[in-house]
Amino acid sequence: MSDILAGGRTGPPLAYAIVNTAVRFSPLLLLALGWEFLGLTGLVSQQMLPGLGEIADAFSSMLFGGELLYNTARSISRAAAGLGGAVVVGVLLGLLMAQFRPVRLLFNPIVQIFYPMPKSALIPVVMIWLGLGDSSKILLIFLGCLLPVVVGTYNGARGVNPFLLWSAASLGASRVDVLREVVLRAAMPDILNGCRTALAFSFILMVSSEFVIATDGVGFMISSLGDGGQYPAMFAAIFFVAGIGFAADRLYAMFARRALRWREA
Amino acid sequence: MMNMAQARPIAPNSPSQKQKLPAPRRGLHLSPHMVDVAVQVAVVAALAGIWEFGARFGALNPFLLPPLSVVLGRIWEDLIAGTVPVDLGLTLYRALLGFAIGAVIGIPAGILMARSNVVRWFLDPLVSIGFPMPKIAFLPIFILWFDIYDTSKIIMVAFSCFFPIVAATYAGCSSLDKWPIWSARSFGAGERELLWEVYLPMAMPQILTGLQVALPVGMITTIVTEMLMGGRGVGGAMIMAGRFADSVGVFAGIVQIIILGFVVVKSVEMIRRRILIWHPESRR
Repeated sequence: MSDILAGGRTGPPLAYAIVNTAVRFSPLLLLALGWEFLGLTGLVSQQMLPGLGEIADAFSSMLFGGELLYNTARSISRAAAGLGGAVVVGVLLGLLMAQFRPVRLLFNPIVQIFYPMPKSALIPVVMIWLGLGDSSKILLIFLGCLLPVVVGTYNGARGVNPFLLWSAASLGASRVDVLREVVLRAAMPDILNGCRTALAFSFILMVSSEFVIATDGVGFMISSLGDGGQYPAMFAAIFFVAGIGFAADRLYAMFARRALRWREA
Repeated sequence: MMNMAQARPIAPNSPSQKQKLPAPRRGLHLSPHMVDVAVQVAVVAALAGIWEFGARFGALNPFLLPPLSVVLGRIWEDLIAGTVPVDLGLTLYRALLGFAIGAVIGIPAGILMARSNVVRWFLDPLVSIGFPMPKIAFLPIFILWFDIYDTSKIIMVAFSCFFPIVAATYAGCSSLDKWPIWSARSFGAGERELLWEVYLPMAMPQILTGLQVALPVGMITTIVTEMLMGGRGVGGAMIMAGRFADSVGVFAGIVQIIILGFVVVKSVEMIRRRILIWHPESRR
């Protein structure tokens, strides 16, 4: 698609990039036009499909009113706390499981049992354990994100080329050294993949736990706007949350590419 | 014929030789494997024991973690009363129907994206934006459009299953090896034959991976929609139990969900092995 065009061109790169992006994302513009058309001609009621201008107005008033940023900050801080804990514990556990047989035998059945469980089913459990506050949602996000990280790390660490391990050992590296200097690095692509899944899960769990149990956060904001019938604001908040999720994934992908620069090809 | 049958075992790479080789090895490898399995079963049993007796003798708060036997007793009671099959059936029905709709739309869309420039131009930005965003946030829109009954739940599930499926299908169909396609063409295969006999089988591992990613997402979504909108199902039953501080009910739901998730995910893995029986990944 776009890279085919990019091959032969030698024009000014910036202008070209802008045109390229515009062509690439023009279907979104088409969708927006279709949206406006449906609303304006009255095929679909304004209630169901508020005009984009209305949505933009609602968005700017929420943005400058401060409620949007406050709720976003609350949500993101919970997601970050849960996800951060899951990454630290998950990478450690995955490496230990791959490296030491007793750890593997102890945790493998637990991972096998809980990995296929839909994590949102834990919402009532954390509600019973920790009530309706922040800690229950952080625990939910932590538990939900833990297993993808563990499984990614474990698979990556088990798939390390044995020649790397042997040469490190023959150069006198201790078991811990091998773990830190060889296994962790060689498993990095799989670890980063697992973390990407976990990032997506953290957003899903963040929003859905706030739908079900919360007093603030973006999910709560969306559902209370919907309950109050303020549909333009509800659409604005939903698009905003979707945009944050998208941006987080893109930033993460950029970060992962940088972190893996040392790899060949 | 006789000659060939006799010659076969001598040929270095013949299939019969490959199948025979692991047989003597298996005897040696059996015992460590058995030990592994036994230890893991023991771990599960020990966990169940800690859960049961810890809760029973007061080491764990029985409200926060009711004894396993009480939870299983509740499931048994509900099974007799008929609510367990109804809830599990509703959850499974919503999850699988939504998943199937997502697959029926997503797989052809992914194939078309790989093969038609117009479709790719139109869908590529939508998929690359839609894939990473948290789809569950759109639930209030579907509630607004389709009310709170099964329709909106199933559409929500289909919507969240669609993106992983279309992305995986597109990736699988666009990075195909040229040689099989060229040789099929040179043997006179038409476009339709090419699609069914070459493209689909070659992309099948990645399509199945997409389906395997989408199914758990669909189940997560089903449970959340049930928790939010009610209408029974395991999620609806659990959130009701949670609201009434009925912790036994919540854990009964969790046990059901764990079993349901395990069965569904394992059966999809089995189906994958069955479908890809010709593929090198199943030969181990």
